[in-house]
Amino acid sequence: MTTQAQPVTRSRLFLPGGFSFSLAGKYTLLILVALIFVLPILFMIFSSLKPEEQLLRDTSSFRAFLPVGNLSLQNYEDAFRRVPMATFVGNSILVTATTVALGLIVNSMAAFSFALLRWRAKNTIFSVILATFIVPFETFAIPLLLIVNTLPWLHIGLDGIYITQGWLNSHHVQIIPFIASAFQIFLFYSFFKDLPQEIVEAARIDGANSFQIYWRIIIPISGPVIATATILRILDMWNQFLWPLIVVQQEEYRPVMVGLQYFFQLDIAWGEIMAYLSTLTIPVLIVYLLLQRTFIESIASTGVKG
Amino acid sequence: MKRFMLILFVASIMLSGLSVMAQDGPTALSLWYHGAGNEVERSIIIQIIDDFNASQSTWAIELEEFPQESYNESIVAAALSGSLPDIIDVDGPVMPNWAWAGYLQPLNLSEGALDGFLPGTIGVWDGQIYSVGLWDAAVAIYARRSVLEANGIRIPTLEEPWTGEEFDTILETLQATGEFEYAFDLGMAWTGEWYPYAFSPLLQSFGGDIIDRSTYLTSEGILNGEAALAFGEWWQSLFDRGLAPGTSQDGADRDTGFIDGRYALQWNGNWAAVSALDAFGDDMLFLPAPDFGQGGIIGAASWQFGVSANSENPEGANAFIEFALQDKYLAAFSDGIGLIPSTPGAAAMTENYAPGGPLEVFFALSNEQALVRPVTPGYVVMALEFEKALADIANGADVQDALDAAVDAIEADIQNNSGYGFE
Repeated sequence: MTTQAQPVTRSRLFLPGGFSFSLAGKYTLLILVALIFVLPILFMIFSSLKPEEQLLRDTSSFRAFLPVGNLSLQNYEDAFRRVPMATFVGNSILVTATTVALGLIVNSMAAFSFALLRWRAKNTIFSVILATFIVPFETFAIPLLLIVNTLPWLHIGLDGIYITQGWLNSHHVQIIPFIASAFQIFLFYSFFKDLPQEIVEAARIDGANSFQIYWRIIIPISGPVIATATILRILDMWNQFLWPLIVVQQEEYRPVMVGLQYFFQLDIAWGEIMAYLSTLTIPVLIVYLLLQRTFIESIASTGVKG
Repeated sequence: MKRFMLILFVASIMLSGLSVMAQDGPTALSLWYHGAGNEVERSIIIQIIDDFNASQSTWAIELEEFPQESYNESIVAAALSGSLPDIIDVDGPVMPNWAWAGYLQPLNLSEGALDGFLPGTIGVWDGQIYSVGLWDAAVAIYARRSVLEANGIRIPTLEEPWTGEEFDTILETLQATGEFEYAFDLGMAWTGEWYPYAFSPLLQSFGGDIIDRSTYLTSEGILNGEAALAFGEWWQSLFDRGLAPGTSQDGADRDTGFIDGRYALQWNGNWAAVSALDAFGDDMLFLPAPDFGQGGIIGAASWQFGVSANSENPEGANAFIEFALQDKYLAAFSDGIGLIPSTPGAAAMTENYAPGGPLEVFFALSNEQALVRPVTPGYVVMALEFEKALADIANGADVQDALDAAVDAIEADIQNNSGYGFE
């Protein structure tokens, strides 16, 4: 019987400078790196279960990362009593889901146009859109506020149908300005431009129009980039703070991140904050876990690190 | 399709008509309040609103709550978009800025409505009253009688506070016992408004200030003069000598350090007094600010009510504010959230601030030692610069350089705003 030696590269992790780790060393290193990311989450979850005094005392030791001591759901009960959690979460889900869904359509269409269609001034316009990348939102938040404050809206409700002026205190003011996204267009563009042009040309020969090519051919093979765009956009929208802070003056429209501010009183209840944050983190984690595989594939294929 | 559109149009007109008809009744006045998330404050403010709405039929107050942390940003955004409410809740030192910026209009209260109010609860700008508070806050040195007596330390009084030198020696003495991590907790973990509120009185006691209050146009020689330099050197020495935790102090340590016995003394506000009393009972002392030469001084002015400049119903807004100033409501707030009631009458109705009550001393401190922060629209910028300078000095920056930098920044802001109306 002959034994075949395992290739060294499978069991050793090579680092720059000629350093290498055995398999055990590799896993040890990976576990240590993983702990850096996992420990804050454990801290948050376990702290949310501890009474205030114990929570503060534990922060000076490793007990902060362990489910030890007097554990209960009291912080969750108190947090839910302090803020209208269902309203805030409902608003964030509505705003996030709508923006993400509409954004996927609009931005992928724009990217399809830039990457796979031929039209005049395409590159110039694409450059202008990309240039908006470098402008931080904070710099145009106030001009945007002034604009949306003057825009008309068709109100449809039990009190009638009529035109109102200004978008403040609404869900749509939190959605519409964020549907179009230069980053998302770039993300889709990076993926689409690597697709073989022959696919488009073959479809055209078969008589498909541009929308049919986009909808029936391109979108079905764009799962990874759609997953990436979805996750990144969900994170952006779920964490929205500045914009809703300045355009929403009524509690019924506030999202979760503005709600977090409710806990910062003179005597800060850290346990309640941890309970609130744990509750907010769960939906995002679920979405990430559901889309994890395609997300990683897309990161690998587009080179976008988010 | 045409028939459907016609039905829709008629229905909308009818419903719109109903909504117009439904508008008969009291005129709605909007009130914005900073206490979102604070159940106790909420219940009291709602009680006042309910009582006011039931007391007359002309006005109906509608409450909208905001989280305190971002309240000012919400107000500024609302002012930009022209959507300010009728009644605004405003932090005392910020009031001049909002009055100057045109967010507020002067109050129009009845003659004598503010008689007996603590000075720090009345917001005056440009000779007119723009806001009034239902409570005030005060800072004191938290100490334990047993600790002071064990170390032979005199218990100071309002009439005879510790002198600067005496206080410094006390800190050295307490630190030398080895029983405490730090002799004095200033609360460096509480960034933001705490710095100018709690620490600028120490500077003022040395003889300096953030701005020259006679003109409100310059800080030169005031924030970086000899007195301010002496304060800065002393301030830095607190950290150099290891007498006080510095800017890296953890918020949790600030909350628990004194009660856990790790800090011998603590510079803290009356809002934390009940917890300290619960922990130490009769052993607990709330001591006046030390006198570094110009008397013992503490900060003043907390949240207050004002009327927005674009309120179309200022008479209703004023009526509500005057209604809320009743002693029973001031006392309710004090009992609920531990703050100092604005009048002696209300103090007498409270559990803690009544004569002989455990926190009575804070009312006296507020009355005797309080000095409002600079009454100028530029205070908002001054507060930031002062905070930065003190943090830098605590972290070892050259005192003169740090104070000069603050003066330069403050003066540049004043010039950029054409003197904020003082020229």
